Amino acid sequence: MRYEPVIGIEVHAELSTETKIYCGCKNKFGGEINSHCCPVCTGMPGSLPVLNGKVVDYAIKAGLAMDCDITRSSKQDRKNYFYPDLPKAYQISQFDLPLCVNGGIDIVVDGQKKRIGVTRIHIEEDAGKSIHDAVEGKTLLDYNRCGVPLIEIVSEPDMRSSADAREYLDTLKAILEYIGVSDCKMQEGSLRCDVNVSLRPEGQKEFGVRTEMKNVNTFSGAIKGIEYEIKRQTEILENGGIIEQETRRWDDASGTSLPLRSKEEAHDYRYFPEPDLMPIVISEEHIKEIGDTIPELPHVKKQRYIESLGLPEYDAGQLTQTKIIADFFENVMSYGVEAKPASNWIMGDVWGMMNERYLTMETLPFTAEMLAKMIKRIADGTISNTAAKQVLEAMFENAKDPDLIIDELGLKQVNDEGAIIAIIDEVLAANPQSVEDFKNGKQQVVGFLVGQVMRASKGKANPQTVNQLIKDALLKL
Amino acid sequence: MNYLALSAWEIAEKIKNKEISSVEVTKLSLERAKSMNETINGYITICEDEALKKAAEVDAKIAAGEKLSPLAGVPYAMKDNICTKNILTTCASKMLYNFKPPYDAFVTKKLDQADCVLIGKTNMDEFAMGASNETSYYGPVRNPRNTDCVPGGSSGGSAAVVAADMAYFAIGSDTGGSVRQPASFCGVTGLKPTYGMVSRFGLVAFASSLDQIGPITKDAKDAALVMNIISAHDSMDSTSLDISRPDYTAKLNNDIKGLKIALPKEYFAAASADVLEKTKEALSYLEKNGATVEEISLPVADYSLAAYYIISSAEASSNLARYDGVKYGYRAEKFDDITDMYRKTRGEGFGKEVKRRIMIGTYALSSGYYDAYYKKAQQVRGLLKKNYDEVFEKFDVIASPVYSTTAFKLGEKLSDPVEMYANDLCTVSANIAGIPAISVPCGEGSDNMPIGLQLMGKPFSEDLLLNIANIIEKGGRN
Repeated sequence: MRYEPVIGIEVHAELSTETKIYCGCKNKFGGEINSHCCPVCTGMPGSLPVLNGKVVDYAIKAGLAMDCDITRSSKQDRKNYFYPDLPKAYQISQFDLPLCVNGGIDIVVDGQKKRIGVTRIHIEEDAGKSIHDAVEGKTLLDYNRCGVPLIEIVSEPDMRSSADAREYLDTLKAILEYIGVSDCKMQEGSLRCDVNVSLRPEGQKEFGVRTEMKNVNTFSGAIKGIEYEIKRQTEILENGGIIEQETRRWDDASGTSLPLRSKEEAHDYRYFPEPDLMPIVISEEHIKEIGDTIPELPHVKKQRYIESLGLPEYDAGQLTQTKIIADFFENVMSYGVEAKPASNWIMGDVWGMMNERYLTMETLPFTAEMLAKMIKRIADGTISNTAAKQVLEAMFENAKDPDLIIDELGLKQVNDEGAIIAIIDEVLAANPQSVEDFKNGKQQVVGFLVGQVMRASKGKANPQTVNQLIKDALLKL
Repeated sequence: MNYLALSAWEIAEKIKNKEISSVEVTKLSLERAKSMNETINGYITICEDEALKKAAEVDAKIAAGEKLSPLAGVPYAMKDNICTKNILTTCASKMLYNFKPPYDAFVTKKLDQADCVLIGKTNMDEFAMGASNETSYYGPVRNPRNTDCVPGGSSGGSAAVVAADMAYFAIGSDTGGSVRQPASFCGVTGLKPTYGMVSRFGLVAFASSLDQIGPITKDAKDAALVMNIISAHDSMDSTSLDISRPDYTAKLNNDIKGLKIALPKEYFAAASADVLEKTKEALSYLEKNGATVEEISLPVADYSLAAYYIISSAEASSNLARYDGVKYGYRAEKFDDITDMYRKTRGEGFGKEVKRRIMIGTYALSSGYYDAYYKKAQQVRGLLKKNYDEVFEKFDVIASPVYSTTAFKLGEKLSDPVEMYANDLCTVSANIAGIPAISVPCGEGSDNMPIGLQLMGKPFSEDLLLNIANIIEKGGRN
């Protein structure tokens, strides 16, 4: 019996607004414990929530970018449960009237295009953090994260493999990063996911029993978790067992999932509409305003790079993985550089030198304009490719203008044919054996002779020109 | 001169005229508060040092010739479920026995800015759940008019201290009648504003969609002056109305010719003979002044009580979930793990009535019951609001008793909570519909205990209600 996996994923993304969702505390990662809190986000007696409008805007933007319908009038609801990191003992969320519904994300897996449905996106507040290992026998609570705004993005169970899941997560992350609503830093917890996996016999329409896996902290963890779960469930089914509907916890260290709680222990959240907040009413104009701020999205951009700029799929993928990279690339081109050289330089030496120096795209010491200039100096013959690498090194060191660097380091190529011919003549005169060899058919001495010319010119002669002229000179002899 | 017996506006004038200083008045109030508290138990906390400091500041401002607000320098009391920075705010519960908020409620700030002098936090039913002030962790409050009787609740302390001249005015909170009913039992005036008129920021929540803060005063003019201070938009409360407010004293002395008053017979059905007599007398007096009175039927009124208890308990069960011993307040001493800590803390920290309501509320929201109870109750609420809107198309004001009897004896009604709930019939509708309502003294029963007349108005008609109350005070008061 062959089983088909059915996978759905819920992603929680922290929104990068200035302040929290219901109060004016700073929405910032890190910081001293319990320093970004106030009576509102710590749920003190008498405190009341006030909705941060930017949170709604960011959620709408995410919804539009994922092709969702925006709910014109929605509400917030209380999700009630007890836990020490939840100060009010309820989380303000959205239950049955989420802000965004019925969308989808297009992914490409093994060359096949596929659409993964997005059932809904809603806004909610984050809880605090429990710190279990700082003091023996005690758990400490840090409420800085309470009230950080989240969007929960729920997918349809449209994925059928871990590869689908990988593509979905990468695309979703890229979209959120592109539209600037989340910094998507999984290591800082600003992106978390819960994975739902079930199996059904191939050809069957009904879904099998699903398990939910929590505590997935990295995309690779999600993939490993999915694969593990598929294997675990397959083994059970093949041995005639049945799958229990339960919540499991993914343990990355051991590469296994462990049961967390069963259906019987499932919480009754007693959802009811939040009486302290007004309905969220959104006008057509406002939706349009937000829509107008959405840039070209990554998968669209990637296709355009492939089709219009003629870049290979791999390169297009690399250059569109974040908006800052894509913007930089397009910026370089806007100063008159062709796509291929721009992409080669960025993906090659720029990233190489950047990583060596532990820098990032955000902390590049030079501008796209400066890089463009450098590349154009190769195209116009001012410097050779080799010299350009030196220029780039210097740009990383002190962010000076390429032309200045070229002058200071004396890297200008010698293009003057007359000067080169003079050197060629000297070299040929000094290497009579090589000339003999050439006449006797040994083509490879050309390389040696070109090298000699380059040496004599201290590397400054334009190698293409040398090559051309030396062949001419040899043929004349 | 018995300064303590004066109204807030009367003493304020004397302070302004420098006939007496705020410090002197405050000292008198504090003395009276301390000496009577043994019997009345109206105060949980008396903040003597803070009060005298504030009073001295006010006197200094007056000496410097500053123009101050109409109630500057006047000592007042605040119900103990309203946050006062660094001053104990217990909600009359063991759960918050040591809670000193690091912030002021909106109304606390406003009253301080108006230079009123806070002299203490008043006793109440625990977490505002009750109608007799007998569920307080700090012991019951006694009615100053007869100390064997209850003062009403849940703002029993606030009403008692005003009635006993232990403060010139008090602030209470009203979720199902908790300002109006104790005002009625103690013979003072109590107003519940339209929902959204007074900010709930800093009011420890009981039922979020029903709670409103209101003044308890010796007369309508005082209530109007207090409303001028506390009724304002607050951006920290999403349910606070961002609309302009009138000068609540402007219409106090208007005549009421042509005022149309409706009397829903359902509200008079359970009233005692005394209550019927005195409320009808007050209504006759209004007729003499040009109003018309007509009996109507409000059938949905009978369902409002059930809707009230479901909605308020449900919201309370959620609002009180935060009292878990983790961050502040009471925490059980011995426990095995976190769940045990929750159970013991809440079991030990909450009184019986609070636990009863939390359980009712949790049940009403639980899976499988939500539709039948909470959702249904909210739908009834919508119907009731619609009913009231229809009545207000033909009438200006709805009148009723505040309660079916005068103040009952302490301990008399503790054995049957449901019967206690049933008596809230007259007052809960105003909270359910969000409309303003006032309780004004209109006489005494054969037991010499006060009786209040309730007037309910269209949204934002507080000034009209105060106007009518003023007329009744001037004419009919015993």
